[in-house]
Amino acid sequence: MKPAPFDYVRPGSLTEACELLAADEDARLIAGGQTLVPMLAMRLARPAKLIDILRLPELAGIREEKGAVVVGATTRQAHAERDPVIKASVPMLARVLPWVGHPPTRNRGTIGGSIANADPSAEIPLAAVTLGAEIMLATTAGATSMPPDDFFIGPMLTSIGQGECVSAIRFPVWPHKRIGVGFFEISARKSDFAFVAAAAQVALDEEGRCLDVALGVGGVGDRPLRLDVSSLVGTKLDPASAAEAVNAASIELDASSDLHASAAYRRRVAVTLCMRALEQARAEAAAKSTKGAR
Amino acid sequence: MKVDLRINGVIRSADVEPRKTLLDALRENFLLHGTHAGCEHGVCGACTVLVDGEPVRSCLMFAVQADGYEITTIEGLAPAPGELSVIQDAFCETHGLQCGYCTPGMILAAHALLQYTVTPTREDIVEAISGNICRCTGYGQIIEAVEFAAARLQITNTPHPAAKADEPVLEAK
Repeated sequence: MKPAPFDYVRPGSLTEACELLAADEDARLIAGGQTLVPMLAMRLARPAKLIDILRLPELAGIREEKGAVVVGATTRQAHAERDPVIKASVPMLARVLPWVGHPPTRNRGTIGGSIANADPSAEIPLAAVTLGAEIMLATTAGATSMPPDDFFIGPMLTSIGQGECVSAIRFPVWPHKRIGVGFFEISARKSDFAFVAAAAQVALDEEGRCLDVALGVGGVGDRPLRLDVSSLVGTKLDPASAAEAVNAASIELDASSDLHASAAYRRRVAVTLCMRALEQARAEAAAKSTKGAR
Repeated sequence: MKVDLRINGVIRSADVEPRKTLLDALRENFLLHGTHAGCEHGVCGACTVLVDGEPVRSCLMFAVQADGYEITTIEGLAPAPGELSVIQDAFCETHGLQCGYCTPGMILAAHALLQYTVTPTREDIVEAISGNICRCTGYGQIIEAVEFAAARLQITNTPHPAAKADEPVLEAK
């Protein structure tokens, strides 16, 4: 289990990193390396050059903007998990992070790395898709961004071009006071790849009526998917309405089949986990005071 | 490529190929054989070391990426030659090991937990060692060892923070 030889460079700026990447078809970016290094060790990947972006200051840090929290691509998963801003403003990301790998891999693994890896069952892409987080990109021509539905195009496939680098993820912050999140996943062992995962975020008004809702599933198809359950806005998220909305939204779910789980199983579990996630999110939001800050 | 690594408080230099993992550099260049090579692709946790006090898999990090961090291996935990750290001693007392292959990784994972968590719950301990595979003990005695070490550390009130990068550097011998 030894990687094939490669050149290693550590550019001093993001622009330089993009230029190096654009100049060499066989070059790859490395940050935390928690997925890439096993691929190299098993020689499933054999890049000629690794460009280390982990210490670039442009990619670090978590900052609050109007209506959003921008998480730098090289933010370690373990740091994001403990971050008070993320806990308060992007509770769904905080909720899913303990399910990402194990503590030692979260200490090295990055938020941007998980996004760029685009594993269909990964939790961070699921949170990004469910919340509609913007994927910020650095290119040789400057900064740009993409909605997650355009970014994730298949299993481990993104629409990122040569010489482009995920620079940050811009998670929207909901303005409501009573917000709750729910998350469930099914896997062989905790922290293994999920067969199915479901994440929900809801906002309630003073009477417990739904003001906004976001629901997404991972592991079911070839990428994380957001389900349209907007018909639940205005309801009290009672089990009957939730079941109707989830069933209607999951009809078009294109589930994949493999030796771990059949497509029929995945679709059935997805509906169940969506219901549980919605109920957990509702209960969490309902437990919050109608007054004061989030 | 030449790299200068800070290992157990001492700066050590080596000339390594970029593809050499931190694990292989520790074992082959610095003869620190306490860091064990298991699966070599990030599954088993036998190669766990502390990087700036946080447990990390040394097989998933290249030596050329490791400069500027404080790296702590199992050799860096004992207070003096021939002595054991509180956690190492607790593993002996409670029979927290059999073949011993996973033990350095387990102890470093436990060390990282107990640096910041004075009274860990059983769930905290299970989560802390969840990335480390043991094929002998069934984990029961390992969890017991960490609980025992935590209780002893509370009594002696001597938390052992891992060395940080801004502390003074010893000369290499």
